[in-house]
Amino acid sequence: MGRMTFIGRRLLLLIPTAVGVTIIAFFMIHLIPGDPAQTILGIHATPRAITILHREWGLDRPLASQYWLFMDRLVHGNLGTSLYYGVPVGGLITSHLPPTLWLISYAAVLAVVISVPLAIIAASRKDAVRDHVVRAVPLLGLGMPAFWLGLILQVTLAIKFRLFPVSGYGTGILGHLHSMFLPSLTVAIALCPVIIRSLRASMLNVLGSDFVTTARAKGVPAARLYVRHVLRNAVIPAVTVLGINIGFLVGGTVIVEQVFQIPGIGQLMINSIFQRDFDVVQAVALVFGFMVVMVNLLTDVAYASLDPRVRFDK
Amino acid sequence: MSAVSITGAAGSPESQERAGAAHRAQPRPRRWYRQPALVAGLSIIGVILVLVIAAPLITSYNPDTQNLNATLAGVSGHHWLGTDQEGRDTFTRLLYGGRLDLQIAFIAVLFPFVLGTILGSIAGYFGGWIDIIIMRLVDIVVAFPFFVLIIALVFVLGPGERSIYIAITLVGWVSYARIIRGEILVAKRQEYVLAAQSGGLSNLRIMGRHLLPNVITQAIIYAMSDIVQDLLAIVTLSYFGLGIQPPTSDWGTMISDGQNFLTTHWQLTTIPGLAVVITGLGLSLVGDGLADLLRPGQS
Repeated sequence: MGRMTFIGRRLLLLIPTAVGVTIIAFFMIHLIPGDPAQTILGIHATPRAITILHREWGLDRPLASQYWLFMDRLVHGNLGTSLYYGVPVGGLITSHLPPTLWLISYAAVLAVVISVPLAIIAASRKDAVRDHVVRAVPLLGLGMPAFWLGLILQVTLAIKFRLFPVSGYGTGILGHLHSMFLPSLTVAIALCPVIIRSLRASMLNVLGSDFVTTARAKGVPAARLYVRHVLRNAVIPAVTVLGINIGFLVGGTVIVEQVFQIPGIGQLMINSIFQRDFDVVQAVALVFGFMVVMVNLLTDVAYASLDPRVRFDK
Repeated sequence: MSAVSITGAAGSPESQERAGAAHRAQPRPRRWYRQPALVAGLSIIGVILVLVIAAPLITSYNPDTQNLNATLAGVSGHHWLGTDQEGRDTFTRLLYGGRLDLQIAFIAVLFPFVLGTILGSIAGYFGGWIDIIIMRLVDIVVAFPFFVLIIALVFVLGPGERSIYIAITLVGWVSYARIIRGEILVAKRQEYVLAAQSGGLSNLRIMGRHLLPNVITQAIIYAMSDIVQDLLAIVTLSYFGLGIQPPTSDWGTMISDGQNFLTTHWQLTTIPGLAVVITGLGLSLVGDGLADLLRPGQS
């Protein structure tokens, strides 16, 4: 089976998941205790406003027909109207998307830049002091609240040493790189524990294999050995782990955007929660869901391209 | 299973380590007190639990009583960690806040554990269409970033403790279902299960009495890291004002209260955060120690 067929197959498999994502986003309305329209519009809502919202969301119709209405609007690119801003949600999301995408990519790059050397240091001499030190990092990192780490980085590196802006998105590519360093670092540090652990484990596995012994016996220099022989093989499981944790990475941006006041869709979501702007929260959740589904597909494709042993069957 | 499947328990870093030395039993004395990680973790958690449970004996202050004559006080004999902007004793709030956070985290982990284990067992044991349905459901829940779904769910359910339990259960069961299903798929082909089946035992009895005791270990080990994640979720929700509601103290609200005074009174934000980190460290160590103890033949 060729690569394109493989990707096509994976895309087909995504359809049920994508439909499921829409169903969950749809049902969120029905989790609201009491009358959703009343709850969303608040206690001062006029009966007329409530009736309008009922009709707009089809809350007076049967459930299946409501979902049909929701999907019909969705495929026509209509994500609803923001109650707070009074503009279509779709436009709000498109304008808030770039900072979030920046943050996610920047954080992923930083996470790799931090994790790979640490994993090499740890795996190159198992059970040595440096191995134990590196293995202690994930233990501390796993229990660290991202918003707290963000605040600490802000107060030390931005306020005390003035190395980076306290908040914001910056202008221009260099501006983004500078302004988004601390938020991306925060997300990256939260992600590192998982990558370091899996990369260290898979490197130890590779280091024990015969071809590494052969390469060593041939006198391949250490640097070349690690880059060309060990890392290339060990990185494959790590990519999978990175892909699976992409949900975690994406979710972390919601928190970090709020701390660093980055105008991305995560901040849009949190702000909309406090403005009780339901359509926006629902749409952002939907966008995040689709984002993760797409990244998972990319991970699968990357995995298959990195490892020639992966056959494109079944 | 497909060669590049993203389902299954492959997500956990542990499973990567397991791949190499799977089930290669080494006879060596494995007493729990010989596991440094486990001992260290249990000690940390033990000390924290004693501190938060014995809070009324350790401190004579009330965590929520304001004293506007002693706001933002420094460290002193009266106030071991100073006071906050409303004159409340920081040390006292730290203990009572931890009490609440830990209580919720420990209770919250139980519901997804039970639900995930049941659904994972059914999926793994029976296979077929019920397996497909359950695993599709897992894929869908996993498609949402953890914090996005938790925050959105707590938002629609309304802030508070009850919503936290519901949200964590609805999101958290998937990991247990994946882990247990994977283990059951392997275990159900073993001879003791075949023997039980040919002996005419009911499926329920085979699952409950024979399979579950053999596969539950992985879920218990995962639960340790899950408590850490739940604790983080609770603290994060409270920080955003969606979890524990003021004036009740909680590590998340303490961090959020303190951030207005970050440049002048850094301890108000730093100390509750450190409490979360140390608790997380303790639980991770217990998890690692348990993994070493319960999974033979691995380091």
